[in-house]
Amino acid sequence: MAKILVDNWPQFIHGFWNTVWCSLIALFFSLLLGVIFALMEVAPSKLASAIAHIYIEIFRNIPLLVITMIFYLVVPRSGIKMSGFAAGTIGLALYSSAFIAETVRAGINSVGKGQMEGARSNGMTYNQAMRYVILPQALKIVIPPLGNQFVNLIKNSSVLAFVAGFDLMYEADTIAFSSLETINTYIIVGVFYLILTLPLSYYMRYLEKRLA
Amino acid sequence: METFIHAYSWIDIRFLLQGLWVTIYVSLISIALSFVIGIILGFIRYVNIKYVSAIVGFIIDIIRNLPLLLIIFFTYFGLPELGLVTNPTVASIIALVVFEGAMVAEIVRSGIGAVDPGQMEGARSNGMTYMQAMTHVVLPQALHKMVPSLLSQFVSLVKDTSLATIIVLPELLYHAQIIYGQNSTYLIPMYIIIAVMYFIVCFSLSMFANHLQKTGW
Repeated sequence: MAKILVDNWPQFIHGFWNTVWCSLIALFFSLLLGVIFALMEVAPSKLASAIAHIYIEIFRNIPLLVITMIFYLVVPRSGIKMSGFAAGTIGLALYSSAFIAETVRAGINSVGKGQMEGARSNGMTYNQAMRYVILPQALKIVIPPLGNQFVNLIKNSSVLAFVAGFDLMYEADTIAFSSLETINTYIIVGVFYLILTLPLSYYMRYLEKRLA
Repeated sequence: METFIHAYSWIDIRFLLQGLWVTIYVSLISIALSFVIGIILGFIRYVNIKYVSAIVGFIIDIIRNLPLLLIIFFTYFGLPELGLVTNPTVASIIALVVFEGAMVAEIVRSGIGAVDPGQMEGARSNGMTYMQAMTHVVLPQALHKMVPSLLSQFVSLVKDTSLATIIVLPELLYHAQIIYGQNSTYLIPMYIIIAVMYFIVCFSLSMFANHLQKTGW
């Protein structure tokens, strides 16, 4: 097993960084979209909340692989060229944003109603109250579940292997099929994934206990 | 437009529905098995049997933090090395059950933990044994708390079956790939219809979850 690791070290590291990059980019955009759609869903405007609701339900109920393949195969037919890495990252960001939106929405709803009323009666507009009073409290509550969503996002980034995204899983497949040491290669890749996910999920469990 | 009419001919739709049926029955078997295994493992993890719970907990954490795709590869390539004959369907079901079972175990553990300890104490002081109190008093309440997370986990399971295309499980996505593999102009119509099919299945399950959450069960 050590031989495979040493022989293919550059490839493993290349895949590892691509997985990290893809996850960070997707995390950034899914957080951004997630917060926006959560705000739209709780907004007083019926139209905004309906749009957010439709967006969230669509991306939550279609498999990530199908979304990714649509960006990899269907979208380029309309003339927009993109690499496997880009298609995978976009798919991952959109898919995760729906889950993050649901998490943030639950956080906003769990902030006491009195907070909004108090802020409004002190002369704040709805937007000010949301921005300065509700959202800071909500985001603090949702940190552990958001962290778990990030763990899911890292694991889900393995769909990049389907679209030639050169991530950890893709490199693993190439190494496994060229060296024929299938199981050993996948064990090594499993360890690489655990390096990313395990500390994060233990830290989130610790935070959950501390907040509870 | 014409492409769409040709792509959605009855032969193709029937072929897709066959794929959808494989998706559904692989999901149903995996849901049933992972539910049972998850409850047992979650319970073992909760009750703190010396060493056993710690080891089970560690294994669950490892599995939960690995990509499902990796676990699918492990079962598909690993089982034959152990001398077990396997086919894509069996390998997919095993992989899904191992992964989702670990997820369910975690849900069960936190669900039992969320039941007021007074319930157990009350049941015990009324003369029930630990197991009686657990099965008749604590677990039913814990299950009630777990229903929303369990059902959203099962929605994930249905979506995750699509990953098994890589080991040629003849499910919905794989059948769509066969159709547009023969005629590449069908690519767009195929992705539209399978997205709709997945959506219908998963969304009805989500709706059912919401319904249970609101009305109780």
